[in-house]
Amino acid sequence: MALVYLFLYLPIVVLIVFSFNNSKYSTGWKGFSLRWYGELLSDTQLLDAALNSLTVASLSATCATILGTLAAWALHRYDFKAKKLFQTGLFIVIMSPDIVMGVSLLMLFVAVQLEPGFVTLLLAHITFSLPFVAVTVASRLAGFDKHVVEAAQDLGADEYETFRHVILPMVMPAVLAGWLLSFTLSLDDVIISFFVTGPGYEILPLRIYSMVKLGVKPVVNALCAIMVAATVVVVFASQILLKEKK
Amino acid sequence: MTRPSFFKVAAIGGTAAWLAVFALLPFLLILVVSFLARDPSSFVAPSFSLEGYAGIGDGAFLRIFLDSLAWAATTAAACLLLGYPFAYGLARLRTKRKNLFLLLIIIPFWTNSLIRTYALVFILKAQGLLNTALLGLGLVDQPLEILYTDTAVLVGLIYTLLPFMILPLYSSIEKLDPRLLEAAKDLGAGRFRAFFAVSLPLTWPGILAGTMLTFLPALGMFYVADVLGGAKSLLIGNFIKNQFLTARDWPTGSGASVVLTGIMILLLLFYGGSGKGAPRKPEDIGA
Repeated sequence: MALVYLFLYLPIVVLIVFSFNNSKYSTGWKGFSLRWYGELLSDTQLLDAALNSLTVASLSATCATILGTLAAWALHRYDFKAKKLFQTGLFIVIMSPDIVMGVSLLMLFVAVQLEPGFVTLLLAHITFSLPFVAVTVASRLAGFDKHVVEAAQDLGADEYETFRHVILPMVMPAVLAGWLLSFTLSLDDVIISFFVTGPGYEILPLRIYSMVKLGVKPVVNALCAIMVAATVVVVFASQILLKEKK
Repeated sequence: MTRPSFFKVAAIGGTAAWLAVFALLPFLLILVVSFLARDPSSFVAPSFSLEGYAGIGDGAFLRIFLDSLAWAATTAAACLLLGYPFAYGLARLRTKRKNLFLLLIIIPFWTNSLIRTYALVFILKAQGLLNTALLGLGLVDQPLEILYTDTAVLVGLIYTLLPFMILPLYSSIEKLDPRLLEAAKDLGAGRFRAFFAVSLPLTWPGILAGTMLTFLPALGMFYVADVLGGAKSLLIGNFIKNQFLTARDWPTGSGASVVLTGIMILLLLFYGGSGKGAPRKPEDIGA
């Protein structure tokens, strides 16, 4: 077991250690230094890309969470003809290969002559995050006592009020976890973003991708180290949210 | 229209419409384009053609395609061999730290896979950690050339996808009632017999889910081959990417995407037909 953890973490640890290395060439240890973090701060291109990433991630996570939560609730609460189809649809979006989703969205955007950039990126990210929110919230709803809804409606709440004042507060941890999930999915995506964004709107993973391909600058290490640290924080936060009230 | 039914219509309709426009429609577009002719000036010409698939029947593509399937299958198999004993051990842990150990598997799962791929460069490169260790131990005389070879791509794929195998395996092993194994032992089954007759069939959904979650992405992760690999068109993903962005041959790129989707559908059908149904709950796929 320890070997698997070693395999998974050794490269990341080495990367983080070398982000503090005071050497222009990342071979060999030349002493501890924060210079790459300093250089990162003055690299406006990278900072812009980071800001773009965070903007897209938070906006797409918010939209995907609203839509995904509604989808989960619709599936839990209502019976309708196309329910099976709808469920299968969500599942297929989760399973479909990223690259197929990327090129198909690229063609859609070209067909409707939507300039690749912020909007296309946002639409794509909402689409691939939505089903993940839906399944996260649905699994929380699955354990629900249906009598709660009946009680609310006996007390005069309509469908919207029941959802807003009874169900939503109860599933809130799952909704927040869904948001964090979409947020990280958006930050992590390489393949789909690669196809749907243009040179005018660069996001972090794609900036890293081109930097890695062009030749490694140690400033990339610092950036990657920060992103790993951010992921750790988000994962811990979402786990705490999901554990709550279990 | 009364308010309750309005909310119902909005909840179902809104999300269904979103998926129809941004998931179903684009896919139909790919399907249509794959049957159109190529046009250098505007990507596709509006006339029916099988060119998109002709390129696929062609020997060069067929090789990439079969190679790519072999790579993905090797990746999935390696992840299974590494992941099963690990997931088994994790699921059977009797300690308070279990959740922490589980969380440590989830973190790489959500860490940017491009960054994780890039981190491997530090280990695999000529003066990297692996070679330093091997030289230091006197196991090799000169640095092994691993980076920019097919081996590096394989290591990269296994490395990025391993958590996707472990999580579904873990959740299905966790559900396995240990009393069933005790019963098997009471009835005289040895460890191997108990494993093959009890554990394996009962954790089969996890094995299938994990295999799908590693096999399918392995076909498409073009950046792993780009960052770690030597050969350019190793995976179907690289091929599709090149058709769209370099060769500007949309029909062929679309044809390859349709084939890839076909593989996914076959796998899903196989999964659905294996008795347990498609994973409907997030735990089943480890999400």
